[in-house]
Amino acid sequence: MGDTKLDLLQGTLDLMVLQTLAALGEMHGYGIARRIEQVSGDEVLLNQGTIYAALVRLQQRGWIESEWGASENNRRAKFYTITKRGRRQLAEDTAYWQRLSGVMGRVLAMGNAGEPQ
Amino acid sequence: MKAARGSPQEGWGDRLRRAGGRLRAFFRKQPMDRELEEEIAAHIAMATDENIRNGMPPEEARRRAMVKFGGVEQAKEQQRESRGIFWLDTVLQDLRYTIRTLARDRGFAVIAILILALGIGANVVVFSVVNTILLRPLPFYNPDRLVWIAPADAQGLSGSTYSADAFEDLRLMNRSYEDVTGYFAFSTADNYKLMNHGDPKPVTGMQVAGNFFHVLGVSPEMGRLFTEEEASKGGGAAVLLAHPFWERQFGRDPSIVGRSITLDNKPVTVVGILPESFDFGAAFSPGTKVDIFTPVMMDDIRYEGNTLTLIGRLKPGGTLAEARAEATALFPQFYWGKRYPESKGNYKNARPVPLKEYISGKLRRSLVVLWCAVGLILLIVCVNLSNLLLARAAARNKEFALRSALGAGRARLVRQLLTESLVLAASGALLGLGVAYALLTYLAHQGSIALPLLSQVRLDGTALLWTVVITMTTAVLFGLLPGVRASRANVQEALKDGGHGATEGRRHESMRTALVVSEVALACVLLIGAGLLLRSFLKVLDVDLGFQPSSAATIKLDYDDGGSIAKRNAVLENVSRRIGALPGVEAAGLSDNLPLERNRGWGAPRIKGKSYKEGELPGAFVYIVSPGYFRAMGMPLRGRDFTWADTDKSEGAVVLNETAAKGLWPGEDAVGKMVVVNGKVDVRVIGVIADVKNLGVEEQPGWQMYLPMMGDWGPDGAYLVVKTRLPPAQLSASVLKTLRGINPNQPAVEFRPVQGIVDHATSPRKFFVTLVGAFAGLGLLLASLGIYGVISYSVTRRTQEIGIRMALGASPGDVQMGVIRKTLQMAALGIAAGAMLSIAMAQMIAALLFGTAPTDPPTFAGMPLLLVAVALLAGYLPARRASRINPMVALRNE
Repeated sequence: MGDTKLDLLQGTLDLMVLQTLAALGEMHGYGIARRIEQVSGDEVLLNQGTIYAALVRLQQRGWIESEWGASENNRRAKFYTITKRGRRQLAEDTAYWQRLSGVMGRVLAMGNAGEPQ
Repeated sequence: MKAARGSPQEGWGDRLRRAGGRLRAFFRKQPMDRELEEEIAAHIAMATDENIRNGMPPEEARRRAMVKFGGVEQAKEQQRESRGIFWLDTVLQDLRYTIRTLARDRGFAVIAILILALGIGANVVVFSVVNTILLRPLPFYNPDRLVWIAPADAQGLSGSTYSADAFEDLRLMNRSYEDVTGYFAFSTADNYKLMNHGDPKPVTGMQVAGNFFHVLGVSPEMGRLFTEEEASKGGGAAVLLAHPFWERQFGRDPSIVGRSITLDNKPVTVVGILPESFDFGAAFSPGTKVDIFTPVMMDDIRYEGNTLTLIGRLKPGGTLAEARAEATALFPQFYWGKRYPESKGNYKNARPVPLKEYISGKLRRSLVVLWCAVGLILLIVCVNLSNLLLARAAARNKEFALRSALGAGRARLVRQLLTESLVLAASGALLGLGVAYALLTYLAHQGSIALPLLSQVRLDGTALLWTVVITMTTAVLFGLLPGVRASRANVQEALKDGGHGATEGRRHESMRTALVVSEVALACVLLIGAGLLLRSFLKVLDVDLGFQPSSAATIKLDYDDGGSIAKRNAVLENVSRRIGALPGVEAAGLSDNLPLERNRGWGAPRIKGKSYKEGELPGAFVYIVSPGYFRAMGMPLRGRDFTWADTDKSEGAVVLNETAAKGLWPGEDAVGKMVVVNGKVDVRVIGVIADVKNLGVEEQPGWQMYLPMMGDWGPDGAYLVVKTRLPPAQLSASVLKTLRGINPNQPAVEFRPVQGIVDHATSPRKFFVTLVGAFAGLGLLLASLGIYGVISYSVTRRTQEIGIRMALGASPGDVQMGVIRKTLQMAALGIAAGAMLSIAMAQMIAALLFGTAPTDPPTFAGMPLLLVAVALLAGYLPARRASRINPMVALRNE
């Protein structure tokens, strides 16, 4: 993508974090950030620091939980897991995003005369 | 599909949980910060580890990790912002900072808070008074349905009354009202005496129609209201007690209900106690207290004339306009008395007005003026505070420059300054509320001020709300200008040399000068307004009342004549002679009525043998008096006084006032002429006496006549009036002892100076003048403070310049004159603007003035002179300081 990276839409980071935790289970902040970078193929503009604001938001809503533990290199780190409510929320939001991207795709695929091509 | 949103959907439960989390986070700031720091440290360490594993040198690995992370402080702040209550954090921070700065600058804070307390306190007091008298509904059930029914052109209470027959016809024939009630309008204070409770005690009773409390919607606190039987003759005597009287006389004894008490030698059953919230005097007869209520017997007053006031409660859905239309059609059908068929049509018209309008409508203008005056005070307070803050901001230039260099946004600086204003205003408001509470409590207990509902004034929720509103407004008004200015200060300039450049200082000073000029202008408006009202008040005090209140004192006399005129004359003559013989008494006399107290109109005297068209002669105000009354009251008489021989057996005698005498015999001397009075022919005019102000000090008296108490005119009680140079209190004991010697049942009523009656009549004007005067004084003080502040500041700023000028040969006198000239310029500008505004203001209050033109030259000349004098004083102190500047010190002090 060169110099221009995708700016994250407000709230999309929260969804990415939820999905990462749902897919990979217990993780610490650094792990989550790295995972998102890898999956996105370095296409999103992510200051890793911003992940912590998202984590505290999600935790306050009761969608994820945290616990201190030891990392693979034996460093003390906070590990996050998704809760049952978090999974429910994720399902809802996923459906929402899929509908939205479907609609956006159709809208953007319209020709100049307004006819589907 | 719902509107597109980027954020995950959030239910109510989630939101609530989130709010709880935020609140917890707000109170667990430090532990959460520590955890986050640890987490970030771990994050960076892991990132560094990974980079090293990928073959970077450790230093580079760490640097890269940091870059990826993207600003540790920023991340922390972001997390704090989303986890807690960010704005509250900022507010608390601002508050802490404000309190610290204000504590450091204690002198400024104290002065500012005091000024604000005075301004806000005065506003709360006036608002509470306005709210009680004008805004708050009357303390009755559905008070907006109540109307006062009286002729459109009613002059005083006497002109607003109707006969019992008219009252009963109105009740029967109307379709507009749920019911109509009324009260007997001519009761006097202390008109009953309570017996068998120690010494006979004077009691003030009001006779009301049997349905009075039902119509007003007042239910008794205990017992019941009058029954139908009790309201008609022979139905068993009943009385209702007012709450304060029950408390004072019977110590809140509940068992009094149902028991009998003795009033004027007659047993009466106490049927109920009225609630504390009901205050008859406050609503209908300002400045008086009523102790008991008895039902008025219509049959007793049927032919006593127009004695009943009318109050109606409109039917649900009925409008005032409909009631008015009905009144116009209905009232001409009423009889003054059905015994006299020709008295049908005696009542030309009646115009129902909302009861509230009747009670407080006359005061609206005065109260609005008062409200404006106190609003001006608040404006002056704002200007003054603005000025003080500007002076302070100048000294704090550097602080703000520093903070803004350290990254504080402009909005943040303005907010900081506004927080300071709010803290000041709120402290001032708290103190002001204390002041207001004390003042209002004092006012509520001033029984002698004849303003309606004043006894019910208190600091209520509405007043508190108003306090909050004006406090916020004030804070924003006085804080915004200095705030915006300070935040605009040039960072580099301010930091570079720490001093204000000459231009900056001058701009600053000119803004402060403009503020002071406007302050002086506002104070000038207040002073001229207060001056006009004060002049009016002095004119009112100076009015020729027609009698000398200062040397007369009076007491309500109780006597028992057993219904015989001869016996009455003997008793009264005895009282008059024995009191007249007391040491210190110069003259004594009796009257059944005193000026400025009660209203009573009779048909006018007519020239014998002359016939008049209906309505050709006005009604006449009647006093029934004994010999010596004129002398006791200090009324100048032409002709002769009554003698004890002017009885029902002798030739009729009458004394007319100048207006009546001139009305009957224009250009002739009335003394010795014969008139017909109230159907009695051959009454001789034995004297003519000065007009007496009887309805109000500011009203033009109409026709008045004086009839001898010794005749068969039927005096309605008696007041003993004594002329004395001693203070009434000193005579009180011997007078009461003499009266008790003649009649053991004489109640221990107060022996009061007649001046008190006049003071009572002028008390509303005095009330307004005192308040407006106090506000003007406050305005003057604030304006002088403002002048002092600006001049003083300018002297300080120009210390070096003055030093140079003095070193170059300017004398201390020159310097002093220079400063004073500047002061006067400022004052003159303000006064000129203020005087212009005052011309408009004076036109608006013209209706409140008495004997004073809105352009009254002494006021328009005197008040500005006063302002100049005060300005000179305020400028003199800094001027003297300037003239004492030592050039050497000033110049060395670079």
